[in-house]
Amino acid sequence: MRVQFDDVTVSLGGRDVVQQASLTVEPGSVVGLVGPNGSGKSSLLRTLYRAVRPRQGTVRIDGQDVQHLTGRRAARAVAVMLQDPPTDFDLSVEETVLLGRVPHHAAFGRDTPEDLDVVADAMRRTGITDLADRMVATLSGGQRQRVMLARALAQQSPVLVLDEPSNHLDISHQHELMTTVRSLGRTVLAALHDLNLAAQYCDRVVVLDGGRIVAAGPPALVLTPDLIRTTFDVDVRVHGDADEPVFAFRRLVTGDDDGGDAVLPHDEPLPESSLPR
Amino acid sequence: MIISTVPSVPLKPPAPATRPESVADGAVPPGRVRRQLVRRTWLLCLGLAAAASLLVVVSGAVGSVAVSPVQAAQIVLGHLLPGMPWMSDGSLTPLQDQAVWQFRLPRTLLAGLAGAGLAMAGALMQVTVRNPLAEPYILGVSSGASVGAVLVIVLGSAALGGLSLNVAAFAGALGACACVATLARKNGALSPTRMILAGVALGTLFSAITSYLTISTSAQNVVSVLFFLLGSVSAATMSSLIGPAVALAVAGVVSALLARSLNALMTGDESAVSLGVDAARLRGLLLVVASLLTGTVVSVAGGIGFVGLVVPHIARIAVGADHRRMLPVTVLGGAVFLTAADLLARTVTAPTEIPLGILTAFVGAPFFLWLMRRGDAERAGFGR
Repeated sequence: MRVQFDDVTVSLGGRDVVQQASLTVEPGSVVGLVGPNGSGKSSLLRTLYRAVRPRQGTVRIDGQDVQHLTGRRAARAVAVMLQDPPTDFDLSVEETVLLGRVPHHAAFGRDTPEDLDVVADAMRRTGITDLADRMVATLSGGQRQRVMLARALAQQSPVLVLDEPSNHLDISHQHELMTTVRSLGRTVLAALHDLNLAAQYCDRVVVLDGGRIVAAGPPALVLTPDLIRTTFDVDVRVHGDADEPVFAFRRLVTGDDDGGDAVLPHDEPLPESSLPR
Repeated sequence: MIISTVPSVPLKPPAPATRPESVADGAVPPGRVRRQLVRRTWLLCLGLAAAASLLVVVSGAVGSVAVSPVQAAQIVLGHLLPGMPWMSDGSLTPLQDQAVWQFRLPRTLLAGLAGAGLAMAGALMQVTVRNPLAEPYILGVSSGASVGAVLVIVLGSAALGGLSLNVAAFAGALGACACVATLARKNGALSPTRMILAGVALGTLFSAITSYLTISTSAQNVVSVLFFLLGSVSAATMSSLIGPAVALAVAGVVSALLARSLNALMTGDESAVSLGVDAARLRGLLLVVASLLTGTVVSVAGGIGFVGLVVPHIARIAVGADHRRMLPVTVLGGAVFLTAADLLARTVTAPTEIPLGILTAFVGAPFFLWLMRRGDAERAGFGR
């Protein structure tokens, strides 16, 4: 399914956190949204799964405005891998993944054999089969993220949204997750913090800064040292080849004291929070 | 491949897959625990239904007029089915018939309906505000009902234009609920936190009014007020069953249709929306259903406590938090619990009666605490 954001502006508490964002995601492609904290990645994605309504502009799936779809139809088209679910009333891992089948059913009833097959497949793909009978509250952060991915897979939607999917995962599972996601052939929109992950697994990256889309395109062309420096306030060296760049980051230092060739003068003082601990 | 619905267009070769868990694939079939819980749900429901029927018969046989369990069953069946021989052959005295059909059966059925209704309302409130401490009275429904009832007791029905106690209590309950809903609403959606806080604040206000009315009235009225506040089904008649029965039927249909959505709502609003469940609208609907249940029960049986808070938790401990399993167990469990409590309430200190609310707390609290300490309470979210 093709996803189109057309001139989308999102306001939260009177502030425009996303401003006039336009973006088309081709069917079957994996698109990474990158940008510093507060750049509007999550807010833009939330308009797609209808957790917020844009103040202006439209979001379309295959030409249909998502705001005009019923909740269940929208959820059959777009699945979201959310961050930690609240566990005041705890469900088992399998029951949580079964929630992915909610948009496919109207009423009370048993889980059909098809539901259970889909759920078993989703758990197998995310490597949580042997956690099936555990309660979600007893899992580690990384295990929970894989449960949430399995739940999203069980929705069987052509579009998959991942909101910072890898922040609790160890390195092997980060790559495992991105490989799984790529292998599905679905249209994927992922907000990512890790630029290396984005460069390695995304067909396109979209860079947001201050609520605006500042660049979009293939990772190797978009993620230039200059753009990374100005957007993320961080110094970067690029290793690897041109098709698959590998980034090494360090704190941005004003002046030429580093002696490196990649340092540009920076006209703003570093914010306190970006200092290394 | 089951999942894929869009042809794969690999623009990059995927990294080689390493699957640390692949060893476990197919070793143990998943869902063993879920199947076990489904089986347990069926067994529990059958057991509870049998217990409820048994309690109806036993309650019919217990009291100052001697009636054997068989006779009690005969009387109940004889009124339900026409042409039963024992109704006309003189084996049952009119006194026995009256004791069972006009007094014991209505109160037993009301206890059952009240228990089922309050437990159901508690389960729905807990998921509506996503808080394990929620119970049917958290939105001030019972304190609103108390104001209505106590006004009638203290001022007399005539002073209120002939309003009966039940009607006044029901009006108070719905009035309180409408206040809470109005106060908790913002931008068209009910916020769980505001619902709880508005309910607690209004409840306190209503309780103050009740306390003032109680303390400024005669001693004889105080006993009536206390009986209402603690809850009792001793004044039950067949017609008093109608309200709770209708509310329970409505709630049953609604929750049967929405059980999966309730599971989704449990995992948070954003999560619910991403599963196609309109969290705001569902919350509004649940508030109406739970208030209707609570209001109809409180107006005829007073403020019976504890059932609505604890029975849903016991059901979760027994069969897990999935509403398709826990709601039937909750409803039947509430009915059995309160029927048994009423039987005790009128026998332990016979011929005087203990208010139901005292008995539910006395029997229920130790049982619940014991259950909470057991290992499988983790399933209900007590593991943290």
